[in-house]
Amino acid sequence: MKKIIAALVFLALPAASIAAGGDYPLQRAPIDPHNKASLQKGAKLYVNYCMGCHSLEHQRYNRMARDIGLTDEQVKANLIFTGAKVGDLMKNAMPKLDAKQWFGVVPPDLTLIARSRGENYLFTYLQTFYLDPTRPFGVNNAAFPNAGMPHVLWELQGWQKPVYEVHKAKEKGAPETKVLTGFELVQPGSMSPPEFREAMADLVNFLSYAAEPIQLERQRIGIWVVLFLALACVVFYLLKKEYWKDVH
Amino acid sequence: MANTQGTTGFIGWIDERFPLTKSIREHLTEYYAPKNFNVWYYFGSLALLVLVNQILTGIWLTMSYKPSAADAFASVEYIMRDVEWGWLIRYMHSTGASAFFLMVYLHMYRALIYGSYKKPRELIWIFGVLIFLCLMAEAFMGYLLPWGQMSYWGAQVIINLFSALPVIGPDLSVWIRGDYVISDATLNRFFSLHVIALPLVLLGLVVAHILALHEVGSNNPDGVEIKKLKDEKGIPLDGIPFHPYYTVKDLVGVMVFLLFFAVVIFFMPEMGGYFLEHPNFDPADPLKTPPHIAPVWYFTPFYAILRAVPSFAGTQVWGVLAMGASIVLLFFLPWLDRSPVKSIRYRGFSFKLVLAAFVISFLILGYLGALPTTPARTALAQICSIIYFAFFFVLPILPAFEKTKPVPERVTWK
Repeated sequence: MKKIIAALVFLALPAASIAAGGDYPLQRAPIDPHNKASLQKGAKLYVNYCMGCHSLEHQRYNRMARDIGLTDEQVKANLIFTGAKVGDLMKNAMPKLDAKQWFGVVPPDLTLIARSRGENYLFTYLQTFYLDPTRPFGVNNAAFPNAGMPHVLWELQGWQKPVYEVHKAKEKGAPETKVLTGFELVQPGSMSPPEFREAMADLVNFLSYAAEPIQLERQRIGIWVVLFLALACVVFYLLKKEYWKDVH
Repeated sequence: MANTQGTTGFIGWIDERFPLTKSIREHLTEYYAPKNFNVWYYFGSLALLVLVNQILTGIWLTMSYKPSAADAFASVEYIMRDVEWGWLIRYMHSTGASAFFLMVYLHMYRALIYGSYKKPRELIWIFGVLIFLCLMAEAFMGYLLPWGQMSYWGAQVIINLFSALPVIGPDLSVWIRGDYVISDATLNRFFSLHVIALPLVLLGLVVAHILALHEVGSNNPDGVEIKKLKDEKGIPLDGIPFHPYYTVKDLVGVMVFLLFFAVVIFFMPEMGGYFLEHPNFDPADPLKTPPHIAPVWYFTPFYAILRAVPSFAGTQVWGVLAMGASIVLLFFLPWLDRSPVKSIRYRGFSFKLVLAAFVISFLILGYLGALPTTPARTALAQICSIIYFAFFFVLPILPAFEKTKPVPERVTWK
């Protein structure tokens, strides 16, 4: 019966995956928290293209600098546009009431977005804005249908239109179903598609870092903790054996 | 000057005024435990270890946490980023919550297989179920404190259950919240209950649980009463002093537990969304209901029972009552299980079958409780709920069919 229980427990574990909106398949984000150059490029993209609307209100500039391999001076010169001090949290100046008027929703803070939605979702979301004249900003998104966000990165990616696969109705009279399968670039941006994909990988890598700045450090410490405890298991087992040798 | 304990000097001075040596003897060095404890007997001391972990990490979290709707979410991130070792303290506490339930569930399962709740240990079991209830309340209130989306909406779902009760329901739920919606007032009182009231009750119950245990002595995998056979000094033949034998043995369990605990804390603190749910990294938004609200894994079996019961006669109170009954019935287990044989080792096939059905239905309910409902899942949850409740009603009539094996006089090594 123990085996059955164990089997059931393991069966239950993969159910952890959570759906994040549309049916469009998510792409795997090539995350590498050790790649400092990628994190720096991601940070630059973030403060230039995202931070006007989306704060990182739990992340400090100088903590970011230390963790992604920059000096405070480099951050002050290149990444702070708001007049903030280097020890400040990465907030922005957009009034929430105005934002609600402009976009219908207040653009959310993104410090923890990689932990709540997952990196793959962000990676797919950032690359799947497509032209849709029925939407207020003229674009829709495959990962987050009817997203309220304009295509902020259009000058990098350009504009793409959706490609659908039409499935004929199985029953007579039922309407045909359209499935979004990909995109066609109609106006190129300043980056080629592979360059843009890499840039988005950097951006997601940075967001993944910002969601949990301690992740590399905890893994580094964790190895030593686990090794110490493994040794302690052996030592205490031998101690127990010594004490118990006269119990029959 | 000697005293009743035969101690002199400083310790003697204390022993004349306080039962120091007497307590150490009664509860450690001259508390005789059966020598044949197996792996299932680690989980009691491990639950105690996790309790200590929760209290200590909780004290330190309280030093930096802000119990207000405006600041709570940000203060947790402040702990995770700006407080020295705050991330470790927080992960120890969040992982500890799940570990506590895991240890308690395994500890309760041990009681089921070896009949540890049977005479004369009924009160130990009752104190234990009270601990389990108190722990559920403690975990539920603690889960609101990070003020994430799941904190908020999970609490919303559970508190709304009370409003399903007839007559007093709506007023009762307002009284619990301190407001018409979950708000700052709710968060503040949950904080108070989580850090002071419930831990005090929990500690008191744990003391009662252990005192009751030490009064009658521990059961064992053979379900043999070791106090029946004693040597000329009055020491049970199959008993060994708790200290040093079980203190060194439990320390091995502690190290193995800590090893697994550390792996989760340092390498998978979210445990794939089971220990820290993904939507809880979004701050609470009273205007945005998440598409799927799931309680944390340790509540899912009971949540599945709640959802499995259909509304009837215009009220959904039946599900609430069924969920309550699924826990209250545990209190009666010592009197429902009428077989004179304690341990599963000497019980018949029919008991093993009934227990396996109970455990498997409980696990399936736990699995279903974490998922959104579909008609097929609801049907399965209903079947499993029926099996869960059937266990309590089959137990009293089981001895009529059950072929038990003879129980030995002395404990065995298996």
